[in-house]
Amino acid sequence: MLARLRAEGLTSDQLAACFRRMLRIREFEEALGDLFTRNLLGGTSHFCIGQEACAVGVVGALRETDWLVSNHRGHGHLLARGLDPYRVMAELLGRTDGYCGGRGGSQHMCAMDLHFLGTNGITGGGIPIGTGAAWALRYQGRDEIVVVFFGDGASNQGTFHESLNMAALGKLPVLFVCENNGYGMSNPAASSVAVPHVADRAVAYSMPGQTVDGMDVVAVMQATQAMAERVRAGEGPALLELMTYRFCGHSKNDPRVYRTREEEATWGERDCLTVAAQSLRDRGAAEAEITRLREEAHQEMAAVVERALAAPTGDRDHALGGVYA
Amino acid sequence: MPEELRQIFYSKAVNEALDEELARDPNVALIGEDIGLYGGAFGVTRGLFEKYGPRRIQETPISENSFVGMAVGAAMLGLRPVVEIMFMDFIALALDQILNSAGKLHYMYNGQVSIPLVVRTPGGAKGGYGPSHSQMLSNLFVGVPGIKVVAPSSAAQVKGLLKSAIRDPNPVVFIENKRLYPQRGPVPEGEYVLPLEKAVVTPGEQVTVVAYSAMVPICLALREALLPRGISLEVVDLVSLQPLDRETIFASVRKTGRLVIVEEACVTGGVGAEVSALVAEHCLDALEAPIRRVGAADVPIASSIELEKFILPGADDVLRAVRGVLEW
Repeated sequence: MLARLRAEGLTSDQLAACFRRMLRIREFEEALGDLFTRNLLGGTSHFCIGQEACAVGVVGALRETDWLVSNHRGHGHLLARGLDPYRVMAELLGRTDGYCGGRGGSQHMCAMDLHFLGTNGITGGGIPIGTGAAWALRYQGRDEIVVVFFGDGASNQGTFHESLNMAALGKLPVLFVCENNGYGMSNPAASSVAVPHVADRAVAYSMPGQTVDGMDVVAVMQATQAMAERVRAGEGPALLELMTYRFCGHSKNDPRVYRTREEEATWGERDCLTVAAQSLRDRGAAEAEITRLREEAHQEMAAVVERALAAPTGDRDHALGGVYA
Repeated sequence: MPEELRQIFYSKAVNEALDEELARDPNVALIGEDIGLYGGAFGVTRGLFEKYGPRRIQETPISENSFVGMAVGAAMLGLRPVVEIMFMDFIALALDQILNSAGKLHYMYNGQVSIPLVVRTPGGAKGGYGPSHSQMLSNLFVGVPGIKVVAPSSAAQVKGLLKSAIRDPNPVVFIENKRLYPQRGPVPEGEYVLPLEKAVVTPGEQVTVVAYSAMVPICLALREALLPRGISLEVVDLVSLQPLDRETIFASVRKTGRLVIVEEACVTGGVGAEVSALVAEHCLDALEAPIRRVGAADVPIASSIELEKFILPGADDVLRAVRGVLEW
């Protein structure tokens, strides 16, 4: 998506590209929320509104051939990697044009041609899968790395601890990225993680751990690039923790009784899109240009939704077939 | 099988299949606990670490769910991992990755990936191993779509089926048996593969006895013992527990009209229950007696060998069931 990041930061064009990608994710999630409000799709979804800088910053610092493993809150990761928003939306709507033909949906979406190994509906379920992908890469002598996204809640799963331990023992080429949005569903990280930061857990597995402002796409990108280089050089895995916030609930029907509106407002002031827009202004971007980017993203998503709603769903054979290879 | 075939242990036949597949395909890799120099808890992988080294024989810490998950991820990128779960009881620790990942990924990713993964594990009791090291947990995989389940009953079978399982593009739970490991049988040398989904019939006339894994030799011995008394059992060795070879089962029941199902797992809700339900659905008109099931009692397996005997099925239980359907 982006040229390689220089040590001193992003060029204005690179920053604008990040901003556009973050806007696309925000608009995607808002459009999806609207579809739920209109009762046009079933099940649930876990929106990443507020966490866009994590996805865009991390993925933007990687090579396109690096592999991604995501979690239940994965739309940002998918779009950051450059998946076609139409085909992602079609997947959520259960249409055959979706990346998995409607079989996978939000939490089980994969795009192997874009080296996206899948979102995952089991909290912590993707962590060993990504670790195993890294094992395969090392086994095959390849120079790609794997990035595994998960949340603060997943860092309490056995798979997190088991996988970090095995990745460290094998010096596997995997970067573990924890998006700490402060809550595992309703459970505050402060009540469920026994150390101040998830990154503190890295020391138990002899790997570097770093906590970074997940609302600042440039900071995310710089930290990711430094860690990814280390991982790619064969120095073993690393753990990056991004402090972020989801402005929406855990999933579509969450009344957010476990946190205050004041807390939300405080984080809202540091909305990653606000931060990025201000950086663009500081570099001399005109307000009209920022408004134009917002409007473009909005219009793009309106077209995506309209097209996806009109797409066909699969037939009986598509539902019942294809269980075995 | 010709007489001149060498006789080797079931465990050695597993070892031979692994050795041959490691030599044949550089993407085959073993992963599990103590499978290196130690050779595995039952010695099944002995010698392979020395021959293939730590890259191909990947030892792990005691982290079943995550190393099965790693095998799934590696399979997505083209490896053909063969996992060893030391005792089948421990597969409970890895069920998430087996049923939520391995069995679903091919379908839910719409064919973008296949998961050529084998999870080998010894089930069954061997006398005194107790409640957490003795279970035949085949029941856990009934009704889990997307995985194949195979339970070989002889040394030759275990070699031919393991080689096929490793070559299969789907995840296979490969149930070995601790009681069978030290049993010898004739096994062909070199390339020898068997179909994964085909039951094996030892023909008879009066009663169909469906069995799998370590119950098969018991049923075959009973068949031999009853022949001089004019009782002819047709033993159907299921081989594949998922999918079931329905046509072979149905054909046998239609021929004999009587069915006894024998398994080492708890009788409730398992493979035997599924066979029973299928036969009731499809062959009721052919049945001349109610179906009888023989299996472990629905209790944990006690450590005491004396207590264990009350819990696990044996030849006497099978004989009683056979008499029951014949005299009904």
